[in-house]
Amino acid sequence: MSAETHSPVRQPLHRPTGLAGLAADWASDQRAFKNVSWGKAMMWIFLLSDTFIFGCFLIAYMSARMSTAVPWPNPSEVFALHIGGTDVPLILIAIMTFILISSSGTMAMAVNFGYRRDRKKTALLMLLTALFGATFVGMQAFEWTKLITEGVRPWGNPWGAAQFGSTFFMITGFHGTHVTIGVIFLLIIARKVWRGDFDTGRRGFFTSRKGQYEIVEITGLYWHFVDLVWVFIFAFFYLW
Amino acid sequence: MVDIRSGTGEPIGPAEVEDVELYHPHSWWTRYVFSQDAKIIAIQYASTAIAIGMVALVLSWLMRLQLGFPGAFAFIDADRYYQFITMHGMIMVIYLLTALFLGGFGNYLIPLMLGARDMVFPYANMLSYWLYLLAVLVLVASFFAPGGPTGAGWTLYPPQAVLSGTPGGKDWGIILMLSSLILFIIGFTMGGLNYVVTVLQGRARGMTLMRMPLTVWGIFTATVMALLAFPALFVACVMMLFDRVLGTSFFMPAIVEMGEQLQHGGGSPILFQHLFWFFGHPEVYIVALPAFGIVSDLISTHARKNIFGYRMMVWAIVIIGALSFIVWAHHMYVSGMNPYFGFFFATTTLIIAVPTAIKVYNWVLTLWRGDIHLTLPMLFALAFIVTFVNGGLTGLFLGNVVVDVPLSDTMFVVAHFHMVMGVAPILVIFGAIYHWYPKITGRMLNGLMGHLHFWVTFIGAYLIFFPMHYLGLIGVPRRYYEMGETAFVPASAHTLNEFITIMVLVVGAAQIIFLFNLVWSIRHGREAGGNPWRATTLEWQTPETPPRHGNWGKELPVVYRWAYDYSVPGAPEDFIPQNQPGSAGLAPEGAS
Ligand code: HEM
Ligand SMILES: [Cu+2]
Repeated sequence: MSAETHSPVRQPLHRPTGLAGLAADWASDQRAFKNVSWGKAMMWIFLLSDTFIFGCFLIAYMSARMSTAVPWPNPSEVFALHIGGTDVPLILIAIMTFILISSSGTMAMAVNFGYRRDRKKTALLMLLTALFGATFVGMQAFEWTKLITEGVRPWGNPWGAAQFGSTFFMITGFHGTHVTIGVIFLLIIARKVWRGDFDTGRRGFFTSRKGQYEIVEITGLYWHFVDLVWVFIFAFFYLW
Repeated sequence: MVDIRSGTGEPIGPAEVEDVELYHPHSWWTRYVFSQDAKIIAIQYASTAIAIGMVALVLSWLMRLQLGFPGAFAFIDADRYYQFITMHGMIMVIYLLTALFLGGFGNYLIPLMLGARDMVFPYANMLSYWLYLLAVLVLVASFFAPGGPTGAGWTLYPPQAVLSGTPGGKDWGIILMLSSLILFIIGFTMGGLNYVVTVLQGRARGMTLMRMPLTVWGIFTATVMALLAFPALFVACVMMLFDRVLGTSFFMPAIVEMGEQLQHGGGSPILFQHLFWFFGHPEVYIVALPAFGIVSDLISTHARKNIFGYRMMVWAIVIIGALSFIVWAHHMYVSGMNPYFGFFFATTTLIIAVPTAIKVYNWVLTLWRGDIHLTLPMLFALAFIVTFVNGGLTGLFLGNVVVDVPLSDTMFVVAHFHMVMGVAPILVIFGAIYHWYPKITGRMLNGLMGHLHFWVTFIGAYLIFFPMHYLGLIGVPRRYYEMGETAFVPASAHTLNEFITIMVLVVGAAQIIFLFNLVWSIRHGREAGGNPWRATTLEWQTPETPPRHGNWGKELPVVYRWAYDYSVPGAPEDFIPQNQPGSAGLAPEGAS
């Protein structure tokens, strides 16, 4: 009962590889996914559940868009920015997407440095990721403001189907909430990394359990997922 | 099956995970109120579920009083009747059954049956309960809100759910209902993730998936399903909340209300139905699968025989769980659907009957020539099988489009779903409580009160719901406040309604006996000892009864065999606990 690590004490007995290995793992005792910690397993399963939420949102959106009897506003006009005298379609979204994808890169680097126990670099990269995330949310807010000043409301808009505004605000809002939660998580974990909690075995304030560097990777899983979802939103909402 | 029962001579692997250190509470508050111990959380979940379930029970009495004696009780007007129906249905399905099976039995039994010290993330598990409690409180608040709770029916179909003709539609009722559901889903997710990860990653040494008791299989599969089905309800609730509060038109077509054209337009009520039933049908099995699992264990233990076809039982549970995601539109045959879809969904619906029937056969074959002890858990298990078969057969009627169309929205449907997902799971819950109460409290429930409770409930439930099939066949519609004068319903139907209502009150009284028994036996019940049923599963092998925080003493149990070694020939006793090494099992570690 010394440490609270969920890391393997000993490797399980003989483990075949390939399909036979998969079968052997599932037929084995204790754990179905060998070398997967509880936290990581939980995050994966949560993300599966969350996929269904986003899936339902997007399917609802598609069914509204496909069955609409009035015209659907043209995304490349609606989401254009007026820069230097010309309307540049989708420019803002392109930048937002670029930023979010870059943040996945910095996140991946943070995970790498985390496992090397490089506290400073890990924390800084996580902060950078959080900064990218916050920028994304800020630009989202800018876009919302722009649309709202142009008269888009959840219940209607000047150009056509009312469901355009309602699905847009709902889905990007739900995604933006995910990003915001991710940013908060990143900041909390970055602080813990910086302080060295995972080396000193300091216990969590709420759970009174000791953390591990693996939490960086788990946060990363969530972050990449939120990114991936954005790609789908981007494709279905802006490019369709 | 030998390999499942006693392993293949392969030695049991070393511990792959270090023993976790649990949070040790320092005060009364963190020990009993804000507890992170799954057993306490289970009791909290169960008590809250039973308390709110009593509300739903009382509502059913009020509805039946109106149906049996129309107009005799002035305060039950049409609006109230719809509010009662809605709250009754929603509470029973979600806040009672789902919460009790997964939050209650899941929390108590999963760690104990798997030889774990607790759920993997006790803190999230605790939050799960408190969010559930909050959801219940929000739900209860709607009874006191202006306009009262929603009367939209438990299916909450738009557009009527958010219009002024429906009680609570333009008041607080529907808002509170939807908010409560959203809270429930968030809370459930925290618990559900725990149950799933504990089963997958937190088992004892020697506990393979194929040695898990079927109870755990049922709860596990149901939880996975819930994690995939609740998202659809979540999305539907969020969207309807926006329709109601922000004036969006996700589900609202252009519509005239009280002679006034509303601002809504272009939304699809059918979309809501799809989302709702994508959740709603799996929900039926979320309630049924834990019941299947528990009943298998009750039958095996109390018939002193191994469960027949364990592997088949496991696969049936998994296949039912998977299939139940592609049958949802059988609830929408009358909503207007492409006939090819109707054909598809009717086919999948009938296919589910196959694994379900396999389970029933296996229960019966387990009983066959068993050493049947007619204990209370066994009685309830037997009653479950009968009731479930009954409800399943009427389900075959309703699964066929042409048969369903005339029967839809009649009392036949009410009879069907009460049999299959009302009475049947409730019987299992009773059986399970009689079975595990000794472990939870250390004392047996009183047998006399128990038998009274059983016979009145079982026979009474039949007297209540069986005649409803007949009422439905002659055309008595469902969700009607009052029948009035009709040509096709004979006067005798009314006599039948009075009879049903009286039986409802009798059965209700029996439940009071049960609740009294629960409280009374904590102090006055017979001392049970650690393993009163002489059962094999790990929860009966704990060093203390009731189990302490951490469940096991210093050493975690090691599992040598499957959960069903009853009446093994040559064994000194008629059961061999899962953690007992020996000739029929593997040599203990280090002995070879
Ligand atoms: C003594 C036990 C019960 C009685 C007497 C009872 C009675 C009733 C009655 C009279 C109705 C309304 C029928 C109508 O007019 O359409 C109803 C509806 C319903 N009941 Fe029960 N019920 C009981 C237990 C349960 C249980 C355990 C469940 C759990 C699944 C349940 C689920 C429902 C549902 C889902 C509805 C439909 C609500 C709606 O139409 O929106 N009931 N019940
Ligand atoms: Cu169904």
